[in-house]
Amino acid sequence: MAHAVNTRTKGNRGPVTGTATGQRKRKPFLLDLYSTSVGKKYVMAVTGIVMIGFVVVHMVGNLKMYLGAGDFNHYAEFLRELLVPILPRTVALWLFRGGLLASVLLHIHAAYGLTRVNHNARSVKYQSERDYQVANFASRTMRWTGIIITLFVLWHLADLTWGTLNAVGTNGTFVRGDVYNNVDRSLSRVPVAILYIVANIALGIHLFHGVWSLFQSLGWNNPRFNKWRRQLATGIATIVVVGNVSFPVAVLAGIVGN
Amino acid sequence: MTVIDHHPEMPVGAPAAHGKHLTNITLTIWRQSGPDAPGKFESYTIDSISDEASFLEMLDVLNEKLIGENLEAVTFDHDCREGICGTCSLMIDGQAHGPQKGTATCQLHMRKFESNATIVIEPWRATAFPIIKDLMVDRSAFDRIIESGGYITAPTGGAPDANLIPIAKPVSDAAMDSAACIGCGACVAACPNGAANLFTAAKVSHLNLLPQGQAERYSRTEAMVETMEEYFGSCTNHGECESACPKGISIDVIALMNKDYFKSKIKNRRNLDRN
Amino acid sequence: MKTTTDPRLNSKVPDGPMGDKWSSYKENMKLVNPNNKRKFKVIVIGTGLAGASAAATLAELGYQVDAFTFHDSPRRAHSIAAQGGINAAKNYHGDGDSVHRLFYDTIKGGDFRAREANVHRLAEVSVNIIDQMVAQGVPFAREYGGLLDNRSFGGSQVSRTFYARGQTGQQLLLGAYQQLARQIGLGGVTLYNRMELVDTVLVDGRCAGVVVRDLVTGQLQSHSAHAVVLATGGYGNVFFLSTNAMNCNVTAAWRAHRKGAMFANPCYTQIHPTCIPQSDPTQSKLTLMSESLRNDGRVWVPLAVGDERPPAQIPEAERDYVLERLYPSFGNLAPRDIASRAAKRAVDSGHGVGPLKNGVNLDFAAAIARLGKDVVQERYGNLFEMYERISGENPYDAPMRIYPASHYTMGGLWVDYELQTTIPGLYCAGEANFSDHGANRLGASALMQGLSDGYFVLPYTIGNELAPMLNKPVPGTDHPAFKQAEQDASDRYNGYLNIKGTRSPDHFHRELGQIIWDYCGMERTEQGLEKALSELPGLYEEFQKDLRVTGNGESLNQTLEKAGRVDDFFQLGMLMCRDALERNESCGGHFRVEYQDDEGEAKRDDENFAHVAAWEWSGDPMTSIRNTEELEFEAVHLATRSYK
Repeated sequence: MAHAVNTRTKGNRGPVTGTATGQRKRKPFLLDLYSTSVGKKYVMAVTGIVMIGFVVVHMVGNLKMYLGAGDFNHYAEFLRELLVPILPRTVALWLFRGGLLASVLLHIHAAYGLTRVNHNARSVKYQSERDYQVANFASRTMRWTGIIITLFVLWHLADLTWGTLNAVGTNGTFVRGDVYNNVDRSLSRVPVAILYIVANIALGIHLFHGVWSLFQSLGWNNPRFNKWRRQLATGIATIVVVGNVSFPVAVLAGIVGN
Repeated sequence: MTVIDHHPEMPVGAPAAHGKHLTNITLTIWRQSGPDAPGKFESYTIDSISDEASFLEMLDVLNEKLIGENLEAVTFDHDCREGICGTCSLMIDGQAHGPQKGTATCQLHMRKFESNATIVIEPWRATAFPIIKDLMVDRSAFDRIIESGGYITAPTGGAPDANLIPIAKPVSDAAMDSAACIGCGACVAACPNGAANLFTAAKVSHLNLLPQGQAERYSRTEAMVETMEEYFGSCTNHGECESACPKGISIDVIALMNKDYFKSKIKNRRNLDRN
Repeated sequence: MKTTTDPRLNSKVPDGPMGDKWSSYKENMKLVNPNNKRKFKVIVIGTGLAGASAAATLAELGYQVDAFTFHDSPRRAHSIAAQGGINAAKNYHGDGDSVHRLFYDTIKGGDFRAREANVHRLAEVSVNIIDQMVAQGVPFAREYGGLLDNRSFGGSQVSRTFYARGQTGQQLLLGAYQQLARQIGLGGVTLYNRMELVDTVLVDGRCAGVVVRDLVTGQLQSHSAHAVVLATGGYGNVFFLSTNAMNCNVTAAWRAHRKGAMFANPCYTQIHPTCIPQSDPTQSKLTLMSESLRNDGRVWVPLAVGDERPPAQIPEAERDYVLERLYPSFGNLAPRDIASRAAKRAVDSGHGVGPLKNGVNLDFAAAIARLGKDVVQERYGNLFEMYERISGENPYDAPMRIYPASHYTMGGLWVDYELQTTIPGLYCAGEANFSDHGANRLGASALMQGLSDGYFVLPYTIGNELAPMLNKPVPGTDHPAFKQAEQDASDRYNGYLNIKGTRSPDHFHRELGQIIWDYCGMERTEQGLEKALSELPGLYEEFQKDLRVTGNGESLNQTLEKAGRVDDFFQLGMLMCRDALERNESCGGHFRVEYQDDEGEAKRDDENFAHVAAWEWSGDPMTSIRNTEELEFEAVHLATRSYK
């Protein structure tokens, strides 16, 4: 848990001395880092990189659907057979999933902790309207785009991994392994397609700030490349959104599907 | 002499005709009689004020008027009125230090405003900056951060000759850029999270960049960051602080602090100078 | 009327040759054992350069230190506003500088009205100051090779000024503040913020402590100590409009004066020539522009009285380049007091420029034509920007307008070689004392003196005083003298609240400032000073009868704070005028129109006035008693100060 904000400020005005003599209790190394806000941001950046990597690879992999059902389903099977025979089938995939899940949980936990700290840091809000200068829509809505993405991911898993929501409102049934048709079936539903589009735009907004921000959080700062950070963030966000939004559009347009 | 200006692009007030007066200015000011008293906005009118007057002089005029009406003057912090002491504050129309970039409230002039304007003035708000009265807040938390490590230990009398430590000019200039911080707290006030990372990082960066600061580099960073976090929110890289900073200090310094803080955690603790 | 030194004004300057005095003092002083230092408590009032450095160093040595600031943080002190730099006799540029030369320049700059031994010590420790500040991380300007850069400043012929952009004062203050903060963090110093000294307390003729007022709650508190240091800055705000910060005041020094500390040379005030002139009647302060502007700017006014054409439309032939005409060899770089008076005369004779006709042009057109706009921007960009921010005019297109303003006060509490006032146990450091600048201060010397007093002088001299007091109890705050002082202070502040008149403290302050500026400003005359002395008591009486302070005394009340400060400024103002009237000579910042040569230069009277005037409180500033300390010059030869 983070240091509680404002443990020793209000109401104890008076002479001060010996303010730096107290010994801090140290937790074990990684927990010690994670117990602070700067450490949490560090964790958010690192887990963010993991998830950005996933999102980009996920999008690129899904482009296979433009090559047809065979290629796409073959790619899905390949993922299950990753690193075979070093590891048994699906183990590598599960290891990735585990890592990803851990990243997601840590990212959310850190975000939750920081949000609480930040709320406590201004317990009485400004009573007049703020006029923000550079804080943009993306940076100020990270919390909300994050929640949208989380909820969407749950839907997305229920739709195309577990299959429980895949066939609702359609005549077909979810077939494990037949990825191509599962996608086609789901995204042929217009409301679902819209949901995918909206969620991916939220993802793009999240990435637009997140990719830029992680450089700051990790302290990767060098005047030589600083000006590229914004371009990189815009680029990654754009590529991911364009790629991912193309799938529901392609399905609705009949480019993908039967 | 050579004056190096690190923000030549900083915009300044538009030229204005002399002798112009603004009329009918409505001031909506937060009044609060003490730290625990409830506060509220009160409205006042300034009938006429020269556009040459500074913003704080406009408040002086208001206070003279209030005293004339046997009312208590508005309390606000101010001192040097030349943008260097960092005493003045004020959230003016939703912006820390008001609408002019790179300018502390004391150097904001009325020529930035129009006649018939309504100007809303609120104290800076952060849990670590409790309101003392009206527009005055207590920024002592900043002192606690410096006390925890914002210095180079150099007992009086034992210093070697100043030229024994050559410092590359760009390094010295970068340290000076950070050291320009006036400790006004605009970064905290402007930050949507009430974070003090820009203030803390400016001092960390000033001292950590210099050769003299290396001995205590990591213990300093660790102590200052952790003291900061006892009072303030966290940085989510909005950049509002940089925009509000009257000295234009870049959020690059926050990146440096983050990096050094991480290093302070992974370094062999015997290599930190204390603890 | 050859004067003699009053026995109470014994400077305690050590014997021996000038260059050996300070080392011999240090070798012979009494010491306090490191383990015994914690048995002594020292109170430091003020946390500017002198106060912060003294508090930090004393705490580091082991003394218990209580530091008081009336700001929210020690870092706000007005030392922060010094722009130009700090002098030190390092001779890093091999241009012939030495301790002796810095000493001589300072004595000469002060128009031979400073105590030699103190100034020599200042020059000696100047080199340690730079070492100390660099070790603390002050980012002084560097050359490309990494060594420290220097520049030259008015009144000297060598490059000995160290600087950190245009923010040298800020960087030095932050350096001292950080050392203070370290000691607060470690428990060596106890910091009291937003506390203002309202009285000093004497028991058996010795300073036993202070009474302070908590500005947030209005409560009065007593604090006792073995020694008290006042490092509370100068009194330039007596003029109302000055380059001092709004809250700078004389109260601490003045309250000590009223308890017996003699006040020396109050009429020595410095007027800085390059400030932005007043632009409207509501103006609250004046902003200084670095003197370095005069390196490339040319001072001129229209030849014709009342010429209202824009400057660009006035042809060369109709311009008067005042300084170049009067001082051909120094030109626009004439010393501060000389340049100031030239500007004043131009404005007084109706040649002033600007909407209020209260300034002179400082024109960069020639420099821009000669060097190009880029070079000018590189040299002065941030100053031009500051000017534009304040005046709304772009100095690249039209000349700046400048006018002199009160800037620094050389006078202050009288102190001996140990910086002890005439009250035993009460010390005074920095601008608040009178000691090192004589009648005029050279540029870049104020920072040097503050740090010298705080880092390198007081920590020694206080030990010398305290050593014999080991294990002797000091009076506690329950002593009747403290109770009496608290009662007096309480009565005083309640008194302001209870007058319930019609005019605010600021109103009176403006009127007071106008009188002091008109008659005891850049030029003084016997007639004018007498006029001031006839008007001031009346105005002061009105202040005492017609003041209005709204709000109460139990919560933070800036109007009430101001009332107390204006009260003390009134009393000081009268003393200033009396001091100026009694000093029948012109020297440095004190220019009496009656005493000038044919060319309008100051004429000193070394025969009768080579002394310090130290005023003794008698209950009324109009009847204060003038005592003198004769100044002996053994290392330098008294000479006319000429910058022709």
